[in-house]
Amino acid sequence: MVSRSRVVIDRGGLQALIAALRSAGYRVIGPTLTAGAIVPGEVAAVDDLPAGWTDEQQGGQYRLRRRDDQALFGYAAGPQSWKQFLFPPRSLLWRANRVDHGETVTEAGGPVDALAFLGVRSCDLAAIRVQDRVFAGDGLVDPGYRARRERVFIVAVTCGTPGGTCFCASMGTGPAVGPGFDLALTELIDGNRHEFCLDVGTDRGEEIIGSVPSRPIEPEDEAAAHRVVEGATARMGRLLEVGGIKELLYRNYQHPRWDDVASRCLACGNCTMVCPTCFCHAVEDASDLGGQTAERWRSWDSCFSLDFARVGTGRVRTSTRSRYRQWLTHKLATWIDQFGTSGCVGCGRCITWCPVGIDITEEVRSIRRTEEA
Amino acid sequence: MARRRPKLAVWKFASCDGCQLTLLDCEDELLAIAGAVEIASFPEASRAHVAGPYDLSLVEGSITTPDDLERIQAVRKASRYLVAIGACATSGGIQGLRNFASVEEFATVVYAHPGYLSTLERSTPIAAHVPVDFELRGCPIDRGQLVEVLSAFLIGRRPNVPTYSVCLECKRRLNVCVLVASDTPCLGPVTQAGCGALCPASGRGCYGCFGPADTTNARALANRLTETGMTRPDVVRAFRTFNAGAEAFREESERDA
Repeated sequence: MVSRSRVVIDRGGLQALIAALRSAGYRVIGPTLTAGAIVPGEVAAVDDLPAGWTDEQQGGQYRLRRRDDQALFGYAAGPQSWKQFLFPPRSLLWRANRVDHGETVTEAGGPVDALAFLGVRSCDLAAIRVQDRVFAGDGLVDPGYRARRERVFIVAVTCGTPGGTCFCASMGTGPAVGPGFDLALTELIDGNRHEFCLDVGTDRGEEIIGSVPSRPIEPEDEAAAHRVVEGATARMGRLLEVGGIKELLYRNYQHPRWDDVASRCLACGNCTMVCPTCFCHAVEDASDLGGQTAERWRSWDSCFSLDFARVGTGRVRTSTRSRYRQWLTHKLATWIDQFGTSGCVGCGRCITWCPVGIDITEEVRSIRRTEEA
Repeated sequence: MARRRPKLAVWKFASCDGCQLTLLDCEDELLAIAGAVEIASFPEASRAHVAGPYDLSLVEGSITTPDDLERIQAVRKASRYLVAIGACATSGGIQGLRNFASVEEFATVVYAHPGYLSTLERSTPIAAHVPVDFELRGCPIDRGQLVEVLSAFLIGRRPNVPTYSVCLECKRRLNVCVLVASDTPCLGPVTQAGCGALCPASGRGCYGCFGPADTTNARALANRLTETGMTRPDVVRAFRTFNAGAEAFREESERDA
């Protein structure tokens, strides 16, 4: 973790942090308990956080469970990432209206809410860095993404409770928080105390905590924070061996495993919707009945839909086999050529939220195994 | 410059009228629709009837009687564009359940004098009989999609009616998956979008009202449903509702499992 300074705060300090963010004009978005899951929602106070809750995740299965303590961040990545705020599921790009002699075009945009993301896990912070490269990296920049991204304050959290489908340790994206945070919390909870190690990453992070009561960090706090990371690393539910993965996949376009996974895959697109880095979208024009107004909308699309790869001469990837192969190979291999980083951050959402529990780590392992045999 | 308004006709075959009533439900857009097209024939709305030919015919219902067989040919001949609307018109509808049983037996059980009935052995979609320009799915169809089809027709563009799964709409709405989070049986992964993931948004599973998506693996989903504790007869019933006759659903419901 690239940290400028570290202090320790307690629950009251966290409350003061939320208040400070709010009075600085941020809408604070953090984990909330909604509809049987832990999802990002508006947070006004510490009491809005899911104290004492955790989750149990396996392929195609997610269940809330009670913890035996009152931890505030004691669960793994939930069904939704922060993608919905930076890259909304559906957004208007422009609207054109017919007027007397021609038309007027209004670009969508305008003021963007300042958001403070509270509780961004290391995998999700890595995912934001990946999407930053896609939408606002060198080359073409998506102005809407950049405008939203510039108004975001990030309070990251060290993951202390990885789930059954997690493999950030394999991807090198966690459980310790990587670069890109303004502030980072590590929850220190045991029988005797409930505190947070607070790392400062930026000037504005420093500024925000000016009014937050804290105490200096002691060597035993450092050790406790270190144990959180070590413990989480040891409890990863999944493992993905990434050595030479690009070449492995490039060598195996014709592997029989693609047929096998196609027999199980529903081609429903859930993996791509929940993936915090999947950025594909459709751009569609709409016109009204009177022919007076036209609008251009952008919405999340998926490489698992047949029309996604429709070009002038027809549809390119007609089989589920070719679509699954395209998705996995892009995520883990061609993404590296395209953006200089893997597209996978090991959050495990594609495994948990696949209705039939298809496991990206198992698919890769199965291909690797036949080469080693 | 007064351009002739295109003539719209609405036709009914074996159906409940719910889909054509969706046109009347377009409350906010109804005046715009009436302004954009001449509603030449629409018995649910008006007794006035303007003779054909028609620029656009919306056809509701399935073909279930010998009379239907002739009438649909006449409708096709009188229509420049023909759009089949709803599950009945696109897959044979709920009355398509007769296709898995004996109509004669049904008739004997239900009617005192079945001899007066003149009905076909099977309920079939419009496209089984005449060329169809576009199929709009749903039981009933979605109001927004109907307006989209009409708008696209008027301007001469392809309608934005996606053929992917309900899951895409469901996730865009940020619903928590009911199948994964609570083992609630849901046909969303194999069902075509269009309803806006109405049922999952209320915590219920998808009933498959919009028929199979463009790519389906009903067998893999059926296996998953069985794992949630559904019996095979229940799984078969799940696939045999409003779109029992749609190929992907029919195949799975007829599979020996």
